[in-house]
Amino acid sequence: MPEEAKYGRGRCCVFGLENIDTDVIIPQTELVTVSKSGLADGLFARWRYKNDRIPNPDFVLNRPRNKECRFLLAAANFGCGSSREHAAWALTEYGVRAVISPNFGEIFFRNSIRNGLLPARIAAADYRCLASLADGEGGIDDMIVDLTAGQITVGRLTVPFSLDQVDRMRLLTDTDDIAETLLHRTDIEGFVAADRIRRPWVHQTLWEG
Amino acid sequence: MALTLFDKIWAEHRVKTLDDGRDLIFIDRHLLHEVTSPQAYDGLDRMGRRLYQPALTVATEDHVVSTRPGRYGADFENGQAMLDTARRNGRRYGIAYFDANHPQQGIVHVMASEQGMVAPGMTAVCGDSHTCTLGALGAAAWGIGTSEVEHVLATQTLVQAKPKTMRVGIDGCPPQGITAKDIILRLCRQVTIGGATGHAIEYSGSYVRRLPMDGRFTLCNMSIEMGARIGLIAPDETTLRYLEDTRYSPLHDHREAALRSWADLATDEGAIFDHEMSLNVSALAPQITWGVTPDQVVDVDEPVPPSESEVARRALEYMGLDAGKPLLGVPINIVFVGSCTNGRIEDLRTAAAILRGHRIDRRVRAFAVPGSQAVRAQAEAEGIAKIFRDAGVEWREPGCSMCAGINWEFVPHGERCVSTTNRNFVGRQGPGARTHLASPAVAAASALVGAIADPRRL
Repeated sequence: MPEEAKYGRGRCCVFGLENIDTDVIIPQTELVTVSKSGLADGLFARWRYKNDRIPNPDFVLNRPRNKECRFLLAAANFGCGSSREHAAWALTEYGVRAVISPNFGEIFFRNSIRNGLLPARIAAADYRCLASLADGEGGIDDMIVDLTAGQITVGRLTVPFSLDQVDRMRLLTDTDDIAETLLHRTDIEGFVAADRIRRPWVHQTLWEG
Repeated sequence: MALTLFDKIWAEHRVKTLDDGRDLIFIDRHLLHEVTSPQAYDGLDRMGRRLYQPALTVATEDHVVSTRPGRYGADFENGQAMLDTARRNGRRYGIAYFDANHPQQGIVHVMASEQGMVAPGMTAVCGDSHTCTLGALGAAAWGIGTSEVEHVLATQTLVQAKPKTMRVGIDGCPPQGITAKDIILRLCRQVTIGGATGHAIEYSGSYVRRLPMDGRFTLCNMSIEMGARIGLIAPDETTLRYLEDTRYSPLHDHREAALRSWADLATDEGAIFDHEMSLNVSALAPQITWGVTPDQVVDVDEPVPPSESEVARRALEYMGLDAGKPLLGVPINIVFVGSCTNGRIEDLRTAAAILRGHRIDRRVRAFAVPGSQAVRAQAEAEGIAKIFRDAGVEWREPGCSMCAGINWEFVPHGERCVSTTNRNFVGRQGPGARTHLASPAVAAASALVGAIADPRRL
């Protein structure tokens, strides 16, 4: 199954803090680039490195068993704050396929969907349940994220996650959103033609820049 | 049916409802800045797409530009490369582009409002979460990611489910010296950082009706700090007076039609919101953050709250504060006045009124960064810049500066800053920076004292 290949099975790292904002996910010193790639090095940079880019052995992603981290489990409101899509780009380039949290910052949520990164919303009680499975290195082995069924499974525990059908399809099919919208080009052009008469001030701009 | 202000704006911009129930929404104003646009232009190029509505698209430089006097760009190589890319893209696509030295340049949200680029009833988006600021004009304005920037460049629309609505009624008459910043910080504490996620907030009530535009921008600006992508205020006489003086105001060439169109921009009696809440500000004290999220707020004369949770304990550890001890008197290193939250003329006047005739404490470095060239020019004409300089405050060029540190203007590691900005996240103002969000009045008072101070007690 394609979704099995895309989300599938692997190790999950647990971030127990609430409100992990996009400034923490990708700090300002890491995002001055005109490219979408090369951002993985800056992921969680302030937590991940000591001075001079030496890995911080205490940080969850740096612990030996967490080297191949496929999923993140995070406390509530992951990805709040800045709109920087660099956060989603950095996570996907690092190899993260899904972030699981009771809820997400809304712009981060949209950005994730646009980049094939699954933002899986789970109940707060299920978050606590999953987090309690973390081993000594702050990770959970052999987690299965089933996008089609909307379920996360670890051993005998299965919890549901919510994702609306459109977002699910978007993740399964890798749609070109702009091409989809351009199918409605006639409607958009019709709207603009009528709007030029209805609200001419919107369209007649005389900016001097 | 009775509709909310937001319902009306949304309906007016609905091109159609798609089969999946989402709406295709027309975007009246697309604002660009250098940090979140390059990958979007790249996407257009790669797919051979054109920019559909260049006349509705406008770009400026704010995040990466240096605010050093005499600047024309960034102070570091990657930053300059980013500006060069933005300038090249602006030229290539033929859009209005306000570069660092243009007399109308400014922080994108400050510029777009004071120049009259955004007007009541419009939709506006930008690759920046503080785009909600522009809702103060009675517009629906929100922040988007770079993929959506590309989508708007190519189609002038966004596909979106309609957000839920929340009304916040703010009533009462706050004591002298209490500003819109105190009110919004208080609201953040009440709603919490994620409490309004998925909502468009309408601010209403007697306090809001009396509030001048600069304060309304401050209020709407921090809607995103409660999770709401949109915050808006119904236009009224105050809004129209503000628009009269803006360069690109629709009132100049389309007065009658625009006024007719805006007349209905208010929430109908009996309209239903998904959530309603209220705040009375009559006895409000100056507010300040103690932790690392914008909802970790106390009255400036309250002690640091107890660290009962892991979140609070870690916040206090990062901030170098002790639970239960007073915040007043905690020594500070830096004061920053500026940003899209508090970088407007009224904010600078507030700070200057406190600083006039005094010198800041010698242990403090203070920076005043106007939100735009227009604000800078006005502040210089009014003598405010001179008051800052005479007080020992560095007077700089417009930009985002130390709010996000993307231009490498940082609060140094471990130093404590009272900042009029919007986010106190870990590392937001620089690696290891300790931020206390507060009003320009608290910031100025703290600069004089060299420690967190209460402007009512100077």
